[in-house]
Amino acid sequence: MNESLFISIIIGISIASVPLIFAAIGELLVERSGVLNLGVEGMMIVGALLGFVVMSHTQNPYLAVLAAMLGGMAIASIFAFLTQFLLTNQVATGLALTLFGLGFAAFAGRGYTEETIQLITAVPIPYLSDIPYLGPLLFSFNPLVYLAFFMVYLVWWFLFKTKQGLILRAIGDNHDAAHAIGHNVVRYRVMAILFGGAMAGIGGAFLSLVQVPIWGEGMTAGRGWIALGLVVFASWQPFRIIFGAILFGGITILQIHAQGLNINVSAQYLSMLPYLATIVILVSLRMRLKNKTNRTVPNCLGRIFHSTT
Amino acid sequence: MKYQLEVSNITKSYGDLKANDNVSLSIKDSSIHALLGENGAGKSTLVKIIYGSLTPDSGEMKWANNNYNPKSPFQARENGIAMVFQHFSLFESLTVEDNIILGLDGIGLNENFSEQIIKYSKQYGLDINPQQVVGDLSVGARQRVEIIRCLMQNPKLLIMDEPTSVLTPQEVADLFVTLKKLAADGCAILYISHKLEEVREICSEATILRGGKLVQSCIPQEHSQKELAEMMIGKKLTELARNNITVGENIFSIDNLSRKSDDIYGVNLEKIALKMSKGSIVGIAGVAGNGQDELMELLIGEISSPKTTLIFNGQDIGLLNSHERRQLSMFFVPEERLGHGAVPDMSLDENMLLSRPDSTEMTSHDVIDWKKVATHSKKVIDTFDVQTPSSRMLAKSLSGGNLQKFMVGRELIQNPELLIVAQPTWGVDAGSANNIHQALIELADKGSAILIISQDLDEILSLCEQIHVLSEGKLSDAVDMKSNGLEKISQLMVGGKV
Repeated sequence: MNESLFISIIIGISIASVPLIFAAIGELLVERSGVLNLGVEGMMIVGALLGFVVMSHTQNPYLAVLAAMLGGMAIASIFAFLTQFLLTNQVATGLALTLFGLGFAAFAGRGYTEETIQLITAVPIPYLSDIPYLGPLLFSFNPLVYLAFFMVYLVWWFLFKTKQGLILRAIGDNHDAAHAIGHNVVRYRVMAILFGGAMAGIGGAFLSLVQVPIWGEGMTAGRGWIALGLVVFASWQPFRIIFGAILFGGITILQIHAQGLNINVSAQYLSMLPYLATIVILVSLRMRLKNKTNRTVPNCLGRIFHSTT
Repeated sequence: MKYQLEVSNITKSYGDLKANDNVSLSIKDSSIHALLGENGAGKSTLVKIIYGSLTPDSGEMKWANNNYNPKSPFQARENGIAMVFQHFSLFESLTVEDNIILGLDGIGLNENFSEQIIKYSKQYGLDINPQQVVGDLSVGARQRVEIIRCLMQNPKLLIMDEPTSVLTPQEVADLFVTLKKLAADGCAILYISHKLEEVREICSEATILRGGKLVQSCIPQEHSQKELAEMMIGKKLTELARNNITVGENIFSIDNLSRKSDDIYGVNLEKIALKMSKGSIVGIAGVAGNGQDELMELLIGEISSPKTTLIFNGQDIGLLNSHERRQLSMFFVPEERLGHGAVPDMSLDENMLLSRPDSTEMTSHDVIDWKKVATHSKKVIDTFDVQTPSSRMLAKSLSGGNLQKFMVGRELIQNPELLIVAQPTWGVDAGSANNIHQALIELADKGSAILIISQDLDEILSLCEQIHVLSEGKLSDAVDMKSNGLEKISQLMVGGKV
């Protein structure tokens, strides 16, 4: 394999992984607080649309990413309001959120399907990117790629190195006990849900601002669901999200290159690969953990908290 | 005379129900003050008000002579009030250290924190390891974690909500040493319990509630246990007595029953053997964690037993599941109420129906007739004085003692030929315990056999005519009670031989 193909595969993999990392790390925090938000896909697509729209009007990438974040949060706030204050079922609400997000984005994005924008381009870090081999591999990415990895670190640091993070994990483990000793369960969960929305929004915007310069209905193509799977795959441990996302992104890219290299397998089989891999990985992970009590699942995941006092 | 906390004329209502009706109480410095009352008397409501998790409708409180109106547990803790909850407020997936940090305000994640925990643990003789995950700990160890969490706040008042209901006798003795030490160091303790012998042992004052109202404040040592119990329930206790001990033919025998535990913390059962006759009440005494849970699982049929080890009415039942065993008229009250004894998220009615081996009397053409189910639930609720607004309440919404009454009653009204019951009065107050004991005796008088597995030795001694002791997975022969019976039992309980 020649060098440039190798580098382009690595870059391709990272580009394919980043939206998953964003969406999954947000959802991971949400689930750690005991909330299951199945609306990731819906929040991503709204982020993708808003990012694209703002970019096409302002040509300002910062504003575009900010808009995508706020869009994801706005959708998430609906979920937060319904599940935390009106105590609706989280599974049903999350599914509704996904359907709503997809429909809303398709409707609101009608006028933009013909447009193209200027992609947010990679910013090679001065000097470091000139290092042979390592430079192109590590220091020549789009800023959002670095942000994604940083967010994983940040979530890990928050969860395991701060008191608030400990409280959030405690709430996910036993919300009644957390309430009894005086922690505000609903406030923590609402904040977590909003954070999840912001991350899903950026993840979505990465698709329309970095991967392709166009807006298309349903362009998230199930990545929100993959992100949900990744959280389980990572057994709610932040850094494993990166591993899972790269594995998944890798299979996606492999599939593209296999098609390019005229490997004689029908394209449909190749496009199934990432999804098959997800199933295989989830099953094998479960088999490995079969005889251990799995303490990684937040005990209160998906359970409604209703304070009686 | 200096009061640490003065509570005056507190009232708190839930709809029509007055959980606290004009209640007052004063706690002196460095004293251990008992708050007594039956399940549903309003004890928990009152302490939640003191701890700031509930706001009273009216009334006022003074803390060290200043007005005190806590809006949240944070404020209570700021003032130096700490609380050990009845259902522990611990997080199972987190370590002891994390759990303790969570209950302490203004403490960040500090590297040296576990040393401080160990320091307190040594100072008060409360043995814990900060790095262990709480989910792996015994109930007693979990309570030690809660207590240390409270102590690290250097409280002026420690509230303990029924702390001994889940502890072994040795753990209770250790706890009392700690509490006395704390009181001597200047901390007042509000001790909620319905175990009157304990209250008489360690409390210098007692406030008694009944039906949300203050009955009396008194010095517990000036009254007998029976008097205190009668103040709590507001009527006379029935004297327990068997009318009719006719030991009939053999009904149930356990023979050479062994089981290797699949849990590393479990106990292996070795060659358990026991014979029971019709009309007898047989007790298995022993400190918790000596194989009671493992034995109970086999008896209930949650786990099947080898052939010929369990014989009921001449039939080999080892391989039958619990439903099939129930159909033969064996009934069970497991120790763990939520999860084993009842489905927490189902109503009392539904739980009623679920354990029935034969539900024809509650169904018509296989369709559930909820009115009929409710009639049966109502019968249990009335007979055993279960405090609940209706039989449609979820099992988990009842207090522990109330649910226990319902579950014992549910099995008793089916007139079992053999009833196997673990901790029949766990968490149940004196009056209701008396009712349950009375009902068990009546059942035996009618010729049924009852097997009681209990840590409560007084209970076993007052009910059972045949007593065995389970220790480290081995069951003793029936103890001959005619000479030094109690002494023999005590020796067997700590693993000795007689």
